[in-house]
Amino acid sequence: MALSQAALFEAKAEKASARRNRLLSLPALIVIGVFGVLPLLIILVYSFLQAAPYGGVQWKFSTDAYLNFLFQQDIFDDTLQFTPDFLIIYLRSFLFAVVTTVICLLLGFPTAYFMATRTPAQRNWWVLLITIPFWSNLLVRTLAIMFIIRDEGLINNLLIGLGVIDKPITMLYTNFAIQLGLLYSFLPFMILPLYASLEKLDFRLVEAANDLYATRRQVLWRIIIPLSLPGIIAGCLLVFIPALGAYVTPLILGGGIHLMIGDLIAQQFGSGRNWPLGCAQALILMAAVLVALYFYVRTTSGKIQHG
Amino acid sequence: MADPRNVDIKDQPGFRTIAIICVAVLYVPILILMIFSFNTGSLVTHWEGVGLTWYGTALLNEEFHNAAENTLIISVSATIVSTICATLAAIGMTRVKPWRGLPAAFMVINLPLMVPEIITAVATLSFFALIAGAFGLNFGIGNLILAHTVFCIPFAYMPIRARLEDMDLTLESAAADLYATPWHAFRRITLPLLVPGIMSGAALAFIVSFDDFTITQLVAGPGQTTLPLYIWNQIRRPMTPEINAISTILLLVSILFVSVSFLIARRRAK
Repeated sequence: MALSQAALFEAKAEKASARRNRLLSLPALIVIGVFGVLPLLIILVYSFLQAAPYGGVQWKFSTDAYLNFLFQQDIFDDTLQFTPDFLIIYLRSFLFAVVTTVICLLLGFPTAYFMATRTPAQRNWWVLLITIPFWSNLLVRTLAIMFIIRDEGLINNLLIGLGVIDKPITMLYTNFAIQLGLLYSFLPFMILPLYASLEKLDFRLVEAANDLYATRRQVLWRIIIPLSLPGIIAGCLLVFIPALGAYVTPLILGGGIHLMIGDLIAQQFGSGRNWPLGCAQALILMAAVLVALYFYVRTTSGKIQHG
Repeated sequence: MADPRNVDIKDQPGFRTIAIICVAVLYVPILILMIFSFNTGSLVTHWEGVGLTWYGTALLNEEFHNAAENTLIISVSATIVSTICATLAAIGMTRVKPWRGLPAAFMVINLPLMVPEIITAVATLSFFALIAGAFGLNFGIGNLILAHTVFCIPFAYMPIRARLEDMDLTLESAAADLYATPWHAFRRITLPLLVPGIMSGAALAFIVSFDDFTITQLVAGPGQTTLPLYIWNQIRRPMTPEINAISTILLLVSILFVSVSFLIARRRAK
């Protein structure tokens, strides 16, 4: 009796302490809730308000921001005219993000596989080599690309010095510059998740396939790639989402001529002075990201069910 | 046989070449940027001689001092607050029985990682504009500290949580069996074992705050220039190698903190 009472007391104390522990997550949840989630709700509200002439909003309900996304009011007869300017920027950004993801995967997969097949000591060095650019300042890394591809940059100076060309090739402020910058920025974001997934691969399967006379190509396509699919999907997502919303890269390498969604949104809060439109544009980008995340959750949970 | 991973049946043709190309592509631009910071000439891409001229110019520049001071105030404060929040949250979310709100709480913690930075930036800007307009509240540089704390929390949280999950729970139960109060067991057992995770998390939080450009640029008020913003202002003027010198300093700070965080994590793995 005494024993069971003691056990009961202990269980009660444990329960209370478990409940107390739950409360420990509160400070983080409050900080992110108030300064992270609430602002997202505010831009949702703002997107349905009218723009104030000098930035900010007027508290009058309006769907202008969403209408302006696709249409523009004709100055003379007040009719709405289909203006696909913003839509084109969204599609361009989407294309940039897709190309970036595909090329990063083509370069990142062999690299991650090579890393995963080294000895443990070598693997550590390789991971550090990729981790450093992963965490290095994106602005500075973008600047480094700019220095190389400028008219007076390293590539042009080198080619002129060698006598290959006599006038510099314009590379900065072109689509090529943005694409190059995106690839350079996000390549480590692909390699690290791929590596994490390939490192856990059971290489006895490769040996078994080899014993059964599979060629290297067959081993790659029938064993390694299917088994590392979760890492491939995670890597693609980690590249695609920031590439789609990229701001620094087009700002510096596109020079305000070739816009991506990121600059477009920032512009509405700066010289554009149309906060509701900027909020609506941000939410449309957010919707695109949520679609990508939804597919991620669906494919990965499907994987777990199958095996 | 030595390490079985060395057996060459796992090698795929061409993969080594691609790996070496990737590392070269990642490092060559950064190295060129760093090398040109030692250029004594006044052109960013034309070499004249080796020297520390531009480091001198940068370090004596008062604007640079202000930017460095702002950056340190913001990133040190954000690192401390976010690491405390993240540590508490990691304990509160691993040392409990699963409860209904747990997945939602986990999502909230990770939210800043899923939302593109530009959206967070304009949302935070709108939020501070709203509370300034409605309540006349403006925390000055505190606005930036709060904004940074939000996105630092998930980065600090990840290594701390990983460490808590790897930890041997028998030590904590042993302490409890020996009549240690929960607080005592935490203070004497869990916390000392958790220190490497906390340090690793704090290092990551510091880097992401120190390097942040997008959110800072949109949220910063007048006079709140940080080092990345200072670089951005320099890009828009005729450029001198001073920008290379400052960029190199920023890169070295990142590399230092990444290496520290990496070495701590590796010691854990051993």
